[in-house]
Amino acid sequence: MAELTLVEAVNDALHTELARDNSVLVIGEDVGRAGGVFRATVGLHERFGPDRCVDTPLAEAGMLGAAVGLCMVGLRPVCEMQYDAFSYPCLDQLITHVGRYRWRTRGAMSFPITIRMPYGGGVRAPELHDDSPEAYYVHTPGVKVAIPSTPADAKGLLAAAIRDPDPVVIFEPKLVYRTARGEVPEGEHVVPLGKARIARAGEEVTLIAYGAMVPVCEQVADSTGISCEVVDIRSLRPLDEETILASVEKTGRVAIVHEAPRTAGFGAELAAVIAEKALLHLQAPVLRVTGYDVPYPYWQLEDLYVPSVERVSHAVRQLLDY
Amino acid sequence: MAPAAAELLELYRRMVLLRVFDERALVYHRQGRIGTYAIAWNHEAIQAGATFALGEDDWIFPSYRESPVGLVRGMPPATILQWWRGHPSGWWNPLDWNVASICVPIGTHVPHAAGLAWGKKLKNDPGVAMVFFGDGATSEGAFHEGANFAAVMQAPLVLICNNNSWAISTPLSAQTHAETLADKAVGYGMPGVRVDGLDVLAVYEAAREAVERARNGGGPTFIEAVHYRAAPHATADDPRAYIDAARVKEEREHECVGRFERYLREAGVLDDGLVAKVRSDAEDAMRTGIAEAEAEPPPDPSLLFEHAYAEPPPEIAAMLAKELRHG
Repeated sequence: MAELTLVEAVNDALHTELARDNSVLVIGEDVGRAGGVFRATVGLHERFGPDRCVDTPLAEAGMLGAAVGLCMVGLRPVCEMQYDAFSYPCLDQLITHVGRYRWRTRGAMSFPITIRMPYGGGVRAPELHDDSPEAYYVHTPGVKVAIPSTPADAKGLLAAAIRDPDPVVIFEPKLVYRTARGEVPEGEHVVPLGKARIARAGEEVTLIAYGAMVPVCEQVADSTGISCEVVDIRSLRPLDEETILASVEKTGRVAIVHEAPRTAGFGAELAAVIAEKALLHLQAPVLRVTGYDVPYPYWQLEDLYVPSVERVSHAVRQLLDY
Repeated sequence: MAPAAAELLELYRRMVLLRVFDERALVYHRQGRIGTYAIAWNHEAIQAGATFALGEDDWIFPSYRESPVGLVRGMPPATILQWWRGHPSGWWNPLDWNVASICVPIGTHVPHAAGLAWGKKLKNDPGVAMVFFGDGATSEGAFHEGANFAAVMQAPLVLICNNNSWAISTPLSAQTHAETLADKAVGYGMPGVRVDGLDVLAVYEAAREAVERARNGGGPTFIEAVHYRAAPHATADDPRAYIDAARVKEEREHECVGRFERYLREAGVLDDGLVAKVRSDAEDAMRTGIAEAEAEPPPDPSLLFEHAYAEPPPEIAAMLAKELRHG
């Protein structure tokens, strides 16, 4: 075990997977010589050469489209999108091809593409460096989506994504890239997709979160004096309904927390699953603590937008007072 | 080097096969036996000519206009007809033919072809890729990104722009202010060539040079094959609202299969008997094709849920189970 930051764990996963399988290559903007704007790909260019850690033209759709072609010759591309909101051009390829090509070939061809990107706010950045676009991705059939909140999961989920036969999108919480620090297994480490993690065990309220909202929920659990169970779902598709429902059945009170805007956000899907499968266990309506249905704000106002310990604590009290 | 007589005849046979496929597909559509169909009439010189420059290990990336292009590799007509009938058996395995799936959105397969070609280069595999798209596609971002990617990576790619002067009802003049589409190649740092899209030998020669350049490490080439669309965009289109009828009439009189046929007759390679035989062989292939397609049982409902993932996530497995229970 080594103690690493979250972004160091990402880097560790890439080094480990590129060394393990020579069909894996990293492509992206500034990933080579610079080692990525967040240094997630540092050292790969030197260690594996310019053909396995490739600086591409500034073209997110072109990059992801080229990744489709790379898969057709048996390679396993890992595409870095430089920022959440810079990935939007690639949605064209994701929706029209990446999520459909296996189906289109009736399962004859695999498209083991990994897309990874830093996401989320709170970093005092210019416009369009703060988005939480996971709902766009998870709504696309044929695609899997995972979001780590700890260094160990950042390594393990990325390794699982790279080894998965299907396209997987990994959103990395950039707010905690260097503040989340923890023990990370050395060498090969895989965290299977579709398995949630109980970040805090508790009895009275279930807080469901992912990414940078997990530490916020943990602070709530540690500070309110109310027994909160924090479920870090880790994987949005496939979704570990079993762990979520078991927690809901135990506590009967649920708040779902994400940074993305509320309407049609992933919280809506989670609330629907809970309503369909655990309605009679609920003691109070399912609450959502989310970003608002407005563009991500000017950063001097961003603390009002991103769910805070105060907002989540307020929801917890509402659930108990219902 | 000019192709030998046997090669010329093979090229002719492929053009006729594509032509007869298109003619029969139109009839089958009108008979309600296939769905909406994108008409490829008079595009045979481009499709047969360009692909004639490829080896069997080279990849073809078709747009919907090139839906029957797999015929030149021996793909059964039934497969392509099934695609237009919406039957899963029409979704072929690209690895069987080195023909990618039909790209329906405009130009978004150009980056795929660039990526495959780049991948071949990375793996030291001698194969090249050829991608077909229309004049309208050159306005799309995906075309630009794919062409630029291929050039930067010096990928062995041949870009075939089927400039038939129309994107449904949008004329080329509303698509670009450039004098020619081939000029775009300059901006990518690749050679750009313009050929008569109804002259199969001109298309072949341009493609042959481009394939040779790609195979020898010279990177991508842009070929603009110029003609004028002499048929509707698709079975759902009525071009009388926008097209120049006199020009269409003239184009139809100079259609590409007849033009090559006259050339081969003058060269002493083709006679009445052979013309009739090539055509009747193609017609037989289509008769067999539609019979095979129609004889296939309807798809199993479970196919609705299969192949979206290698292993369906639990939520999809649950959807399948529910559908089978109530379906």
